[in-house]
Amino acid sequence: MMRRLLLTAVLLLIGGTAAAQDQLLDVPHTRFVLPNGLNVILHQDRATPMVSVNLWYNVGSGREKPGRTGFAHLFEHILFEGSANVPEGKFDEWLEAAGGNNNGSTNSDRTNYFEDVPSNALELALFLESDRMGHLLGAMSPDKVDGQRDVVKNERRQSYENRPYGMAFLTLDSAMYPASHPYSWPTIGSMEDLSAASFDDVVEFFRIYYAPNNASLSIAGDIDLAQARRMVEHWFSDVPAGKPVPPVAAAPAVLTAEKRMVLEDRVQLPRLHMCWLTPPVYTPGDAEMDVVAGVLTGGKNARLYKRLVYDLQIAQDVGAFQGSQALSSQFCIIATARAGHGLGELETVIQEELARLRSEPPTDREVARVVNQTEASFLSRLERIGSFGGKADQLNAYYWRTGNPDFFAEDLARYKALAPKDVSAAAATHLRDGARVVLSIVPNGKPELAAAKPSTD
Amino acid sequence: MKARMKTWMGTTLVALGLSVGALAAQVPDRSRPPELGPTPALTLPPITRTVMPNGLTLIYMPKRGVPLVQVNVVVKAGQVHDPAHRPGLAAMTAAMLDEGAGSRDALTLADAVEFLGASLSAGGGAHETTVALHTPLAQLDPALELLADVVLRPRFDGAELERQRRQRLTSMAQWHDEARAIVQVAYNAALYGAGHPYGRMFAGTPASVGAMTVADLQRFHGTYFVPNNAAVIVVGDVALDEIRPRIERLFGAWTRGAVPAYQAPNPPRAARQVLLVDKPGAAQSEIQIGLVGVPRNTPDYYALVVMNTMLGGSFSSRLNQKLREEKQYTYGARSSFAFGLLPGPFTASASVQTAVTDSALVEFLRELNDIRQPVPDEELTRARNYVALRFPGGFQAVSQIAGQLENLYLFDLPGDYFNGYVQAVLAVTAADVQRVARQYVTPDRMAIVVVGDRSKVESGIRGLRLGGMTVKSILDVLGPVPVVGSE
Repeated sequence: MMRRLLLTAVLLLIGGTAAAQDQLLDVPHTRFVLPNGLNVILHQDRATPMVSVNLWYNVGSGREKPGRTGFAHLFEHILFEGSANVPEGKFDEWLEAAGGNNNGSTNSDRTNYFEDVPSNALELALFLESDRMGHLLGAMSPDKVDGQRDVVKNERRQSYENRPYGMAFLTLDSAMYPASHPYSWPTIGSMEDLSAASFDDVVEFFRIYYAPNNASLSIAGDIDLAQARRMVEHWFSDVPAGKPVPPVAAAPAVLTAEKRMVLEDRVQLPRLHMCWLTPPVYTPGDAEMDVVAGVLTGGKNARLYKRLVYDLQIAQDVGAFQGSQALSSQFCIIATARAGHGLGELETVIQEELARLRSEPPTDREVARVVNQTEASFLSRLERIGSFGGKADQLNAYYWRTGNPDFFAEDLARYKALAPKDVSAAAATHLRDGARVVLSIVPNGKPELAAAKPSTD
Repeated sequence: MKARMKTWMGTTLVALGLSVGALAAQVPDRSRPPELGPTPALTLPPITRTVMPNGLTLIYMPKRGVPLVQVNVVVKAGQVHDPAHRPGLAAMTAAMLDEGAGSRDALTLADAVEFLGASLSAGGGAHETTVALHTPLAQLDPALELLADVVLRPRFDGAELERQRRQRLTSMAQWHDEARAIVQVAYNAALYGAGHPYGRMFAGTPASVGAMTVADLQRFHGTYFVPNNAAVIVVGDVALDEIRPRIERLFGAWTRGAVPAYQAPNPPRAARQVLLVDKPGAAQSEIQIGLVGVPRNTPDYYALVVMNTMLGGSFSSRLNQKLREEKQYTYGARSSFAFGLLPGPFTASASVQTAVTDSALVEFLRELNDIRQPVPDEELTRARNYVALRFPGGFQAVSQIAGQLENLYLFDLPGDYFNGYVQAVLAVTAADVQRVARQYVTPDRMAIVVVGDRSKVESGIRGLRLGGMTVKSILDVLGPVPVVGSE
């Protein structure tokens, strides 16, 4: 979830190449830890006279409890409403006056914030981040919580209730994970839980999770490393450490049966969502499933696109993706039928292609196409230092998931190492009919367009 | 001697103290935000602009660092050039450019591009079509061949046109679900009318899309896709004397053509109108308020950008702060001037909770009126700085930079435009801002368009007595749901 009107960071595509290119993917950095536990990563890039200051807190909606969902994201909003030395409204005003952009986002696993500023405003960004990390509670009030509660409800309406097919992932997530699992409830939270959040609940959440020992600060751009280090040490020196934060504990989610669901919506065309649980980010199987997605829908010649959209023309669109997350990933195939066609027809073709991919490796060309696209996307990612997905953000992401901020080359190597048989083996292991969720969203009054359970034969 | 020694020692100790332990040991002074140092300058590499013998413009800027190259071909062929009987032709032509080109059919071409790790896409706008190539430097030569094929030798196969037709008609059917699409169509039509290209849907009408032929595409391409009507924009990790011979080889034989003169329509007169489009059950209302604005070449460009930043062009802007932070009616409210070759619209907009639609309209109109009064210095300085100082951020990625350079060509901007940008913005005064606000932000002449649940919002809006209100259905705005022939 975003505080602002911006799209979430693009999902990674996939790819691979030669040794010389690997060097390009080195992102030299310095890392150190402050006495209060704050992890700090510094990377110099003088290509543009700007700096991105990026802060990840190791708390996402996964830390919430059922009945109190939406907290982490609501908290993200409140973090912009002022702190002890930053009156309400000044966070944005002071940054804008310095030519800075800022935003934040929350997902199941973490909350991140960034300020992209001209290089002369690095200290301002550090002042603002350290003030709200260390001196927020005194400035927090029930009014502020109430105000942002309503903004978040508007955000929810805009992203879910007021969008065609908007309720799809809320429905899928609650079906794929047990009710106690951190991923079963949406980051945005339910309207009821948002209404029920008390000021004290919110204060407690901040005390536990918004501690420097539960955070990582990544700074990339036009910086002098020694000077940046001094500035960080100075501004975060009065932020006290919090208690240690235990890792998120969740029993691994496993699907043991196929679940089928149907929703009606104010839509012209029916849409099929087919989802499985797959290996977490950067674990074995994750890169494989990325490549599976590319082989199925990554381009005009990809198997599902070519059959459903190009040849048969019974689908308006089809997309597959590996949604990689910390505890468990989600692999989904989503296809919208053309007028006059039902989701059962689409499912028949999807089943044929899955059976084929499970039993027979894709061609070298199919895999190379996907891997080359991925490699190119790694290069593109190195162009930007700021915003979501820029180098500052990526250094933090890699640090939290692997312990190594400069994981770029290792990440790409996962894809380059794959042979076609690895791809089909992953499909066979992870894309089983008997362990998935199938959701049909159909136009009001047209349940017959849903994908019904096929008769067993 | 003694005194000087003491002073020297004192100075050294103080200096040592500040640079070694003392800074870290001092509690940070949070009584006010830290001072900013001097603003760093953005020094762009030189931009080279040349014209080849066949009239093709080449605009180049190096970008060292990451081995990527962006090569965009921009052709002055857009929606405004659609024949009267074929709205949507420019859009369809753009969509068809990469559905087979040269010796490669659609599938083979897609495979070739993807295998290189490149991306090649064609898209259009009101006045131009852009074919954009993004490629690793290592694949530049084969990627350029594909780009040239797409621009110069699109195949326009009949079977592909059929596919695109069905794709488009289906998208047009889906617009009936999408409040944002409905409000956009209704608003543009309200401001410009069907007689002006900006008042029509860029994709055309279902009837027009249904009737398009390969001959239509060929004629459009043949007429407008000529080198004297186009530019190649190159940004990347490649030297000019490496890229220029390649462009000359691939595009040198492209022959000039006479392009029909374009007759711009008169701008419509703005007048207050209120339109409600019923979307039963909508959880939010889409609001768009505005009028026909100014073209890009307006002498008031910088003043308008700064003024709009204060009104609705930043998070701290008046519209956003009022409608989101203070009233909590919306997740975000904004305003913008669309600076086209013809005067584009000024628009203030938001998606607001259904129940507060009428209240939101009151706040919108209040802010649109208040901006016409003198603005406080602090607010003006903040807006100027925000626009000027974040300027370097737009020059990180080759694709971004190429987009900026396209504007030099399309709007005939001077070569030193980027170098002069920051100064020009910082030179905007309070008097400039008030003058342009009074001249261009005239709420009494604005159209107010709302897409929302009539049963919940109609009486509230009528109660505001904003002017004669029309109520329409989605079918009134979009026409019937197009029927898509099946394969």
